[in-house]
Parts: sequence; structure tokens; C-alpha cells
Amino acid sequence: MFVTVISQAPAYHLILEGILILWIIRLLFSKTYKLQERSDLTVKEKEELIEEWQPEPLVPPISKDHPALNYNIVSGPPSHSIVVNGKECINFASFNFLGLLDNPRVKAAALASLKKYGVGTCGPRGFYGTFDVHLDLEDRLAKFMKTEEAIIYSYGFATIASAIPAYSKRGDIVFVDRAACFAIQKGLQASRSNIKLFEHNDMADLERLLKEQEIEDQKNPRKARVTRRFIVVEGLYMNTGTICPLPELIDDIDLISANMENALASIGGFCCGRSFVIDHQRLSGQGYCFSASLPPLLAAAAIEALNIMEENPGIFAVLKEKCKRIHKALQGISGLKVVGEALSPAFHLQLEASTGSREQDAKLLQEIVRQHQGGGHRGADGRGAGESCGHDQGGSPGGPGLVPEAQGWPPAHSLATRRRPAPTDWASGAVAAASA
Amino acid sequence: QQNGKPHFYEKPIVESFEEAPLHVMVFTYMGYGIGTLFGYLRDFLRNSGIEKCNAAVEREEQKDFVPLYQNFENFYTRNIYMRIRDNWNRPICSAPGPLFDVMERVSDDYNWTFRFTGRIIKDVINMGSYNFLGLAVRYDESMRTVKDVLEEYGVGVASTRHEMGTLNKHKELEDLVAQFLNVEAAMVFGMGFATNSMNIPALVGKGCLILSDELNHASLVLGARLSGATIRIFKHNNMQSLEKLLRDAVIYGQPRTRRAWKKILIMVEGVYSMEGSIVNLPQIVALKKKYKAYLYIDEAHSIGSVGPTGRGVVEFFGMDPQDVDVFMGTFTKSFGASGGYIAGRKDLVDYLRVHSHSAVYATSMSPPIAEQIIRSMKFIMGLDGTTQGLKRVRQLAKNTRYFRQRLNEMGFIIYGNEESPVVPLLLYMPGKVAAFARHLLNRKIGVVVVGFPATPLAEARARFCVSAAHTREMLDTVLEALDEMGDLLHLKYSRNKKSARPELYDETSFELDD
Repeated sequence: MFVTVISQAPAYHLILEGILILWIIRLLFSKTYKLQERSDLTVKEKEELIEEWQPEPLVPPISKDHPALNYNIVSGPPSHSIVVNGKECINFASFNFLGLLDNPRVKAAALASLKKYGVGTCGPRGFYGTFDVHLDLEDRLAKFMKTEEAIIYSYGFATIASAIPAYSKRGDIVFVDRAACFAIQKGLQASRSNIKLFEHNDMADLERLLKEQEIEDQKNPRKARVTRRFIVVEGLYMNTGTICPLPELIDDIDLISANMENALASIGGFCCGRSFVIDHQRLSGQGYCFSASLPPLLAAAAIEALNIMEENPGIFAVLKEKCKRIHKALQGISGLKVVGEALSPAFHLQLEASTGSREQDAKLLQEIVRQHQGGGHRGADGRGAGESCGHDQGGSPGGPGLVPEAQGWPPAHSLATRRRPAPTDWASGAVAAASA
Repeated sequence: QQNGKPHFYEKPIVESFEEAPLHVMVFTYMGYGIGTLFGYLRDFLRNSGIEKCNAAVEREEQKDFVPLYQNFENFYTRNIYMRIRDNWNRPICSAPGPLFDVMERVSDDYNWTFRFTGRIIKDVINMGSYNFLGLAVRYDESMRTVKDVLEEYGVGVASTRHEMGTLNKHKELEDLVAQFLNVEAAMVFGMGFATNSMNIPALVGKGCLILSDELNHASLVLGARLSGATIRIFKHNNMQSLEKLLRDAVIYGQPRTRRAWKKILIMVEGVYSMEGSIVNLPQIVALKKKYKAYLYIDEAHSIGSVGPTGRGVVEFFGMDPQDVDVFMGTFTKSFGASGGYIAGRKDLVDYLRVHSHSAVYATSMSPPIAEQIIRSMKFIMGLDGTTQGLKRVRQLAKNTRYFRQRLNEMGFIIYGNEESPVVPLLLYMPGKVAAFARHLLNRKIGVVVVGFPATPLAEARARFCVSAAHTREMLDTVLEALDEMGDLLHLKYSRNKKSARPELYDETSFELDD
């Protein structure tokens, strides 16, 4: 039957089919080739390339007298009176806002915990690293901040840097203040989301950005339905000493992140908010799941510090009073101006008029500090002042941390090894705001 | 290190990653499949209101926002993890020594919430904490210096390294770490995870290449991503894969521009915590020298626990510390404290002192913790005048070999190098994972089980951490319990069972001797 079909078909048809079949057979058996063929280097050429290649040195050389190499060595406890490089000074440089660093009750609580648990926890929270002290501390923090739940991290920096990427992923949008601190920048970088900066403390600018975003959304509603939007602000900005205008911003906060390393005189950080939000971090907060938990003695110290704060709420008023006093007293010094809110315990002293170059400014400020030091006041490279206040900076590492007015601070999203905004300090910010 | 000359490592490296029989894999996937089907069913019931939803939900006002969590992202957590989550986050209330106390907790609503009964299960054998040398114990007189430092310095520091946070304790600690590792200088940081994620960006940047092992820890991956360098992954401990990547990198340069790479950094770990394998250091160093790359080694689990005197993998293989460019490690595991370090040549450490994100932005280490590390290190090095430290390191090695050998004889599938104190025992099926952990807790043995996503989906395992503080009796108790568990749950999958009676290997005739 097949033979009859073939004999009945026209000749050209058979020839065409025959050619096609031969072509297919040829294609099947021919060698494949890549489209972009690399020029075939011979083995000898490859060996030569490997011989010749010289990498850069692992680290570039650093000049021997770089200021950061000669750290100020503190011998003894970093409390109000501090011994730096052998000299005794008044401490205006540590973030010891409530003076709890050398409080005997805090030390006693830490000692009791040391006696019971030893020092380390030897495991992350998921693998027998959860101690009853941690659960206690989380409860207390949630009650103190009047939220449903709290989660603690073992390092202040890692708190916000792990919290942001747990919620915000690639493709989401985050509106963040231009003066946000370094930890927030790292968190945003790790989350790979779209970042929209708004001018520092400028609600009108934020509104403009939000409206722009709304217009974008209407153009592309399908995409808008899956992009999450977040706003990130700091309570007390370390880079400027100002407080964010919270009431104008929002009526309810989803997540508060704070640092126990400053006012709470311990180590670590925490996030608090509704259970719906916080629970997620227990499985996807990188600094929580993949890192050992906070040593129990530090957690016990934080609990005791909380006790003290709850028993004497009067200390916040004292702190506010002292801040206002210093702020007023420092006004009117020729050549220097005070930047920061009156009731902020951390602020900057900036040069009123820049000499024009960052290095010159830095040297001038360093000289001011040195002379200060001669008088026994330790302002840590000319940073802020104020009753046991922190300081802030913007200069190069090791240099005085003041921001020469002419330049303003470097933009928030610059890769900031050269800047020195201090670590996050929302706890004190929240405290200060709460007492306001 | 004693004679200083590096020699080629001659002992055979025995590592095994046996594959399970086929029926096990089939059942494992079936188990996950059934769990998923039931998950869909329950989700449907919850969404349509037939079943009460126990999970926390969005606020009313935010219901029309874009959902915070993708529904599917949480599917695994809600439906599979939630069923067995009583095996994780178990709270304890004593020091994490070889025996510890676990707080009893029960759930009335199938693991959605827990409540504590108030009872404490005392003296549970601890096979889960990273307490390799047994140094994390409750306070005893040898920790007197820690108490003194706590009373003198307090607990917090409230400042960064660049500002007022460098105490003389930190300097002392850094000198000691450099001496311990036999390198020029070291720098310490407050958190091990942050050590990686904040220092790798300071070392490499755009235009550099990072070659990272498949199974590197999350902190290494995060540090590599934050640095902005190009990342290429080679197969776990596979030297051919690494060599191919190195050759291609050097010969062909950067992907499109063909410019040469600025630097190449190979990132590996000393002991991998989920596999129990030890890095193949001699070959990596040979490759690194040939292709002029830099080597970054994360010794979180291997410092203090491998090597004849506990100095880590470099000593384990008898190599020269000068061959490794960046030593990184943590103090959490073998030293019973917390924090991390980076050590190496002086110019490297000086550079990090200036440019590390941690030195500039993050708080320094707490003084009593630093003192605990100083004390532990002196103990291990023998600087406190006794040989107790060395004895512990030897005891750990002995315990490791004994434990692994017995488990192999029983017929379990164990991964990893025979000298590594981290012992993963494969369970595969999710149901067995839960049964294993719960039964063993009933017998007062605390184990750690790990599943997806920390391990591949089908390879759930139990991970034991052998400690120098475990006595032979404790290990025997555990082994007996494991034997019974293995029979009860049919976990003895290994087809390469080694006989427990090697004296028969050389027997030539089986005739009875008259």
C-alpha cells in the first residue's frame, strides 16, 4: 500500500521529500557548535595567562599614623569618669544616657545570672539556646513598650539589619529618611528593595514621594497589588540629633526596633510590635536564626535596667532637664554651633563656617578636642556634648566626627565606611520621646 | 607548627556521604506530598471559616494593604513546620553543659501555642549544644576573674571601637588570640554573625570575585552579597569544581568586559555544621598558591575542637598558618562565650581596624565576656599552668571517634569526616524527625533535629555535637537509646555496615580449632 502511494505521488514531491530527509540526517549527525565560540586558547597560552595575572594586594597599605590605628584605650569602667590613655576625664562620649553602666543593681543581677548559667549559650535560639531569661526579657520588653510581643537579638547592629530584609524583598518599595543610620542602610542593602529617600524630617517631601508612587501604581495596577510599601524612620537620628515628627507621620506603628546597648547599658537589641508582625522574624530574621543567642548575664542586666527605669520614672525628667541646660549653655560659642534638639541627649557641635576642605575642618576639630582633653573633658573627637551623651559624626573614621557645615552629611545611601554615624539609638530616642 | 615546616598531609581523609536506598527517598517525598495535600485542605477549611484559625492575623484596618507575607511563603511554616515545631526552641533553665534542665512545655492546640507546666526535666543529656570542650558550665571558682571583671567594669560598653569602646581587656584579648593562632595580629568583634557580614565588604568590593562553597553559612553569604563582588559557587569540598572556576576566572576575566579581576577570594569553612565535613585544606592551599587567590576560612566550629592542641584545621592538617590569608572564627562554640575574631597578617588587621563597619558603627564586646574568652584560651593553651586544656582536647577527639565508630557499626547513615565532632545522622522522613526528637526527650536525651530549609528537602537529619565533657557512660546511654530508636523507627539504612568484630577480618580458616 505504501508503494502505491509513492508511485502515485508527483515526481517533484518525491524529490523534495527525499532532499528533506537527507538534510535531516545530515543535521542529526553533524557536530554542534556554540554560537559565541570562545577563541580557542592553546594550553600554553592559558598557562601563560595564569602565570602573568597579578591580583591586587588583599588590603591596601594604611599609613602608620592613621588615627584609627591608635585607639583611645580605656582602662577601667566606661562610666561618668573615665580613664582614657592614662588620663582621667569626664565622659561625654559614651552612650550611657541613664548612667546605668556602673549601677550596682545591674551588676548584681548580671552576677547572679553568671553564677547560675555561666557565660555563653552555645547555640542559636532554635537549638537549646533559648533560656528562661530570654523569654522573661521578651515579656518585660513587650510590656514596657506596650506591644504584644518582642524579639531580642544578640547584637544591636544586627537587629534592624536583620529585621528589614525579613519583610522587604526584591521589588518592594521602602521610603526612608535621608539621614538614616548605617545599620538601616545595611538592612536596606541586604533586602534588595527599591529605596526612595526623602529629605530629612521633611513630611512634605515624603508626601510628594507617596503621591508619585500612587500615580505609578495606577499605571500598573497588577504590579501594585504585589508590591509592599514600607516607611522607615528613626526616633532620634544619630546623624543629626533630631527627632522625627511621629504624629504627623502615622497613627500606629507596626514595628519598633531598638537597641539595648545605650540607655539599657547592656548588649543586644530588640524589635517589638504585634504578634502577627514579630512572629515572622523568628523564622526569617537572619541575625536571630543563624546566630547564637544573647548571653544570659547580659539579658539579666537588661531586665534589671528595665526594673530601675520602671521604678524611678523621674530620671527621664532629670535627663531632659540636663539636656536643655547644656544645650542653652553651649549656644553663643563663637565659631561653633549646636545641632540637634534641645531635649536630645545626643547632638553635634558643628563648625559654623567651614574652612573649605574636609581635612582642614577635621584638623581644627581635633585640635579643639585635644585642648578640651587637657582640661579633663573627654568629648571623643569633638563630638556632641551633653550629660553623658553620645556623639555623632560624619567625618572620616578616626577624624573628628563633626560634619563641616559646607558639605552637609554624606548622602544616606553612600557606602559608608568613611562616615561615622553612630550606632542606632532608638531606645533612648523612644525614652526621650515618651517622656516628652 | 613546632618545626614550622609545612608538610603534605599524608593520612587518608575519610569522609562519607552515603546515599539512602531508593525506597527511603520515595517515602520521604510521599510524606511531604501527603503533608502538602493536607495543608491545602486545612488552608481551604480555615479560609472558608469551617475551621477556627489559630494564627495571628492582619489588623482590620490593614486588610486591604498588600499582604505582608506571601501566602505560599508561609505555607510550609503553617502546615508542615507547625505540626512538629515543639522540637525546636525548647527553653532550658540551666547552663548548657553536658547535662542540662529543660523546661517542660505542652500544647493544647496542636503546637499553635505553648504553655509551661512549671515542671523542669532535670539532667537531660545534652547532645545539641555546641559545647565542644565543655567550657560552658555554671560558675565555679576557676571563673573568678570573670566575676572580678564584671564587678569592676560592669556589663555594657555603650560605645564603638573607634570611640570610647576599646578597653584594655580587648587589647589583651586580641594579643592572646594572635598568640593562640600563631599569627601576627587579631581583632575581636561583638558578634560572630556580624563579624562575617561586616568585614567581608571591607575586604572585597565590585570588580572582585568570591568563590564560595555550596554549603557556606548564612553569615558568609550575607557578607558576600553586601560586598557587591561577583559570587560564584563551587560544589561542596570539590577541588575539581574549584579549580575549573579558578582557571576560568583567571583566563577569561570579568564576564563582559574581559578585564582582569582585581582579587579572587576563596571562602570556605573549617568544619561544616550541617554535614560534619572538614575542608580539604591542603589541596585548597595548593590551588590558591597556583592561581594567586586569597583564602578566607571560617573556623566557627573547628577552632578549639579539631587539631592536636585545638588550634583548628590548619593544625589538623599540619600546615603553616602563613598560607591562609584571613582566619575568622567565633568564640561561641568551644570557648563558651560569644563574639568573633578575624586574624592574620598585621597589615590586614590594621586595615580592618580602620575600615571595618563593625569597628566604626557597632558596639564592642562586653568586658566579662572578653574575660571569659581570655580565661578559656589560657586554659586550652596551658598558660594557666595545668594540662587540663590539652586533656580536654584529646578527650574530645577520643569521644568523637568512639561515637562515630559505634554509630557506624549500628548501621546508621552518618555524614562527614570521621574526625569531626559534629555528627549528622540522617532521618529523611519528616514524621521520623518528630518521633525521634520526642522519644529521645522522653528518655531524657536532648537532640537537635534539622529539616528544610536548613538542609535539602529530602535530607532531614539529627545533628549530634560531641563534647569533651561527655563521659563514657553518657555516651553509652545515648548510644543504647539510639540503637533502640533505630530499631523502632527503622532508621538503620546503611548498606556499608562495618562489623563490630574486626578480629575476624584476618581469619584464614573457619575450622574449629581442636
